Amino acid sequence: MKRATRNSILIHIAAWVVAIVILAPFGWMVVASITPQRVLITTPLQWIPDSWDFSRYVTIFSGGSDGVGTTFRAAMGNSIVVAVGTVLISMVVGILGAYAFARLRFRFRRAVLILFLATYMLPQIALLIPLYLILNSLELLDTTTGLIFVDCALVIPFVLWILSNYFMTIPDELEEAARIDGTTRMGALFYVVLPAARPGIFAAIMFAFLLAWDEFMYALIFTSSDAAKTLPVAISEFAGRYTTDFGLVAAGGILAALPPIIVAIIFQRYVVSGMAAGAVKG
Amino acid sequence: MTVASAKQTTGSSPTPVKRRKRFDRQGRMAFWLLLPAGVAVFGVIIYPMFRTLLVSLFQVNSALATVTPFVGLGNYEHVLASPDFWASMGRTLYFTLVSTALELVLGLAVAGLLNAKLKARWLFRTIVVIPWALPTIVNAAMWKGIFNAQYGSLNALLSQLGIIKDYQVWLGDPTLALNMVIIADVWKTVPLVAFFLLAGLTSIPTELYEAAQLDRASWPRIFRSVVLPMLVPSISIVLVLRTVEAFKVFDIIYAMTRGGPINGTETVAYYAYQTAFSDQNFGVGSALSYIIVVVILALSAVYLRLLRRSDMSLL
Repeated sequence: MKRATRNSILIHIAAWVVAIVILAPFGWMVVASITPQRVLITTPLQWIPDSWDFSRYVTIFSGGSDGVGTTFRAAMGNSIVVAVGTVLISMVVGILGAYAFARLRFRFRRAVLILFLATYMLPQIALLIPLYLILNSLELLDTTTGLIFVDCALVIPFVLWILSNYFMTIPDELEEAARIDGTTRMGALFYVVLPAARPGIFAAIMFAFLLAWDEFMYALIFTSSDAAKTLPVAISEFAGRYTTDFGLVAAGGILAALPPIIVAIIFQRYVVSGMAAGAVKG
Repeated sequence: MTVASAKQTTGSSPTPVKRRKRFDRQGRMAFWLLLPAGVAVFGVIIYPMFRTLLVSLFQVNSALATVTPFVGLGNYEHVLASPDFWASMGRTLYFTLVSTALELVLGLAVAGLLNAKLKARWLFRTIVVIPWALPTIVNAAMWKGIFNAQYGSLNALLSQLGIIKDYQVWLGDPTLALNMVIIADVWKTVPLVAFFLLAGLTSIPTELYEAAQLDRASWPRIFRSVVLPMLVPSISIVLVLRTVEAFKVFDIIYAMTRGGPINGTETVAYYAYQTAFSDQNFGVGSALSYIIVVVILALSAVYLRLLRRSDMSLL
């Protein structure tokens, strides 16, 4: 018993250390985003400023003639369109494909699955120039449609992998019972498999959303204006242009990080169960 | 009920002809179900793959080049003879090995904590998920601010604690800068690895722990003999994913150091990007990206061989 309490205390201390290591850098960025510029550039650094300054958030939210606000708001809109579009398409396409991998027996099943997963090994740089030319000829350069198009190719293999692993853990009997009652395969997929696969589906949505939100290289090369520029590109431009104003970069960065953080916190508890199956079964 | 079971028996023991037919029908259905995914993925990558392979055999010196002589494997020879390439390869290998190893070890520890009986475990899990969700570019900007030589919080913290006397230029020295980038990358990626491994941990049956505890096994012993073997599949997957990802690293380099100082953080993917887009040398850039593909394939082949030997393979 005594050993157990000692262990428990050690575990709690370790958890505190990890939490602090995670929260400290992020917390400093939050504080810096509302610290007046004159305090940010004093040495030695004042950890808690004497006054707060929310002007950067005001700049970002309500315009500003220098274009920071306009660019940021456009990028936020573009990021949401690209991420949501990519997630929707990848999930629909991924659910159909994953069902085939998990439930149907066909020739080259393993080879096809490996082929999908192997695309992960291609560096984006190897596709960049030809894709640029293709998007150019389709008039999809600097459009969110074009970005959704190329992002889906990155995200779908992941979705296929997570979902087909999860579908395999759902007992066949559930589906068989429904099919005996006269339901078609598609009907069984929608009414039996999907409801039972909820953790796997949520895990896949979270992965897909984070991947699409985080995508940088395609957006960097294929977008050039507020029409399609996503947040990662906008933030990297801010960081390049306002090298002395860390507060502004921090404020933009926090706002850019909010959507994925909210999604991750909401879906986090499904991820463990959604992947638990994936890690063991194959 | 009787009808159902009757149907089931005929379904489970079909004549060979029937089975063949069903197989064909399933095959056709699988084709249609996989068609959208296939078009969306391979429709985007197949042509660019061949096109890049083709370009890598020609000398293309600008985006608008009209004279593009065929040079065969000349671009590859050029790359393999270039000391810059080997230097960037060395840095990439260093980055890959160190960051993957750190992420795996720390990820295991954090996974154990995520799985432990903690008060307010939900809160701990919520905190740990934050770096994972933080966009790479934001993470890079944040650490760039922290490592800033004049106003950064790292210098402030270390000097106020009396650990360093003078402010350090963390991103000013080639070797030091690469290590600082690794720290930023590890901070962001450990949670992802930890959640992956946690998924593996939670699927270990509790009876195994109980049995080991009944045998009065010590915790290190339980870890080595029960946890680690059961985690082999998860660890292998994480290892492959992280190695491939680290080898392709680009975003965090671009946002933190742009390959500098003195090319100190120029990884091979960044080198390929520079060659293709800054130097407009598309032929050599394409050859470089194919060399990256070959190295990644070789690494993955080694891993998959090890995986298969472990008898708990993913594929």
